Amino acid sequence: MFHFSNIVRTKGDPEIVESGPSLKRPVDQLARGLGWFSIGLGVVELFAPRRVTETLGMEGHETLVRSFGLREIMAGIMTLSVEKNAGLWARVGGDGLDAAALLSGLTPDNPKKGNIALALLMVGGIAMLDYRAAQDTTPRRPPRDARRKLYPNRSGFPKGIESVRSAARQIAHAGHNEVKQGDARRVP
Amino acid sequence: MKALVWHGKEDIRCDTVTDPEIQDPRDAIIKVTSCAICGSDLHLFHNFIPGMLPGDIMGHETMGEVVEVGSGVDGKLKKGDRIVVPFTIICGECEQCKRGNFSVCETTNRKRHLADKVFGHATAGLFGYTHLTGGYPGGQAEYLRVPYADATHIKVPAGIPDEQLLFLSDIFPTGWQAAAQCDIEPTDTVAIWGCGPVGQMAIRSAILLGANQVIAIDCLPERLSMAEAGGATTINFETESVLERLQELTDGKGPEKCIDCVGMESHVMASLPDTLLDRAKQMVMAESDRPHVLREMIYVCRPGGIISVPGVYSGLSDMLPMGAFMNKGLTMRTGQTHVNRWTDDLLRRIEDGEIDPSFVITHTVPLEQGPEMYQVFRDKRDSCVKVVLKP
Repeated sequence: MFHFSNIVRTKGDPEIVESGPSLKRPVDQLARGLGWFSIGLGVVELFAPRRVTETLGMEGHETLVRSFGLREIMAGIMTLSVEKNAGLWARVGGDGLDAAALLSGLTPDNPKKGNIALALLMVGGIAMLDYRAAQDTTPRRPPRDARRKLYPNRSGFPKGIESVRSAARQIAHAGHNEVKQGDARRVP
Repeated sequence: MKALVWHGKEDIRCDTVTDPEIQDPRDAIIKVTSCAICGSDLHLFHNFIPGMLPGDIMGHETMGEVVEVGSGVDGKLKKGDRIVVPFTIICGECEQCKRGNFSVCETTNRKRHLADKVFGHATAGLFGYTHLTGGYPGGQAEYLRVPYADATHIKVPAGIPDEQLLFLSDIFPTGWQAAAQCDIEPTDTVAIWGCGPVGQMAIRSAILLGANQVIAIDCLPERLSMAEAGGATTINFETESVLERLQELTDGKGPEKCIDCVGMESHVMASLPDTLLDRAKQMVMAESDRPHVLREMIYVCRPGGIISVPGVYSGLSDMLPMGAFMNKGLTMRTGQTHVNRWTDDLLRRIEDGEIDPSFVITHTVPLEQGPEMYQVFRDKRDSCVKVVLKP
């Protein structure tokens, strides 16, 4: 990717000779793939719901498919963002909704029930990937009740706060604030 | 040389890159002795600010030793000089520089056609901070080219450790400017949102400038303990109501001066619905900033008060209560820091032992560990407040 951006780099600026290791893990790539898959599926459901319902023998449920499409797009955007873990859990929840909707169409009189079975299989497989990715991308922030180091001795004032406060008071009583906006406009 | 390079969202790597060269007679090259990760680098890490390209070198808090100077530096720097590099690149000659408004230098942004379109007028070039501010390679590297080096430097004496001087490059003058532009009076209460590195510097600056009471707001115990050590009364916004506590601490009148050291990525909490909405809009690019702190400051600030905003905002913020802002007669002052306006005074205060900015450092690691320290700093792991990198 940087080979392309090097084209617009100002001549003489440093360019990459050898790239170091990335902190991105395989699960981050998986999350990215699932995010784009979610958006792709969502677009199909949103703009071609009739094709979907016909394939599944579930005609008449186009509005439901459209709403699922919207949900897929939202979850996909979230999965591609910094909040990918929340996006992946949203996808896991969405997989449950997808499975429930598909099961409702798995009736003996549905001539396309083979397609529904296939779709259920796919949803199951993707749900497993979603779940795995959601578990592995749990933010590594410390829990709220974790023990933290505290810094009660780091005042930053080598002579003590009281000395600073009294110096500031003296300056105030002398009738001038030592620093005003615009002072010391100096170029080295 | 080794450098920390941006490759995309949450992807910073320690790469081998070509060494910088003198490109202009006013350039100098420094061998970096210390550099730091800034809170605003996290906005780039998250790709919230547009204009980064894969291959850009990160970093704008840097100091080191001059190893090469261009022919136009005009004797102002020589090999062996020890300098801190201000994050704003300045020419020292344009109308804005002459007024001391260094962060809006009219000369140094070499990609001003981009910034003119986005901001209306271009601002100064910055190190390692997107192509909107010139696309200059940053200082999280072994060597750094300093453009306009005759003006863009702070000469520092030997004998004071890097750790005490490094923050003259950004966070110390940024916290100082935030407090200074509040015009603090001896009776004032100054409320400061965010106890990250800039917030910590703003707390100390407000104390040095004689505030009667400083109140610091955050949710992380380590940062609150550091704020308390610096003389602030603290509010943990996860366990207390900020509005109620500020009213209590100011006899119901509100703080006269409010400082936003949080910026565009304010904390998202289920109990604060506006933060959830902002996050959702930010995700779908319907809003670039999460301005919860600005809303809260406008609401709570005493009428006639001053709001100071050193926190970084990148673009568009929704639902700001302009009615309250206007009717309460508030003043807002903001801007990137005019670093060189303040550094003579701040360097003197460090030399005199009035303040030692190294109190904020919690982690010092080799440059090669930089990429993982971005994650540690972002996730607030290991009680991390400030990371210094040693090339």
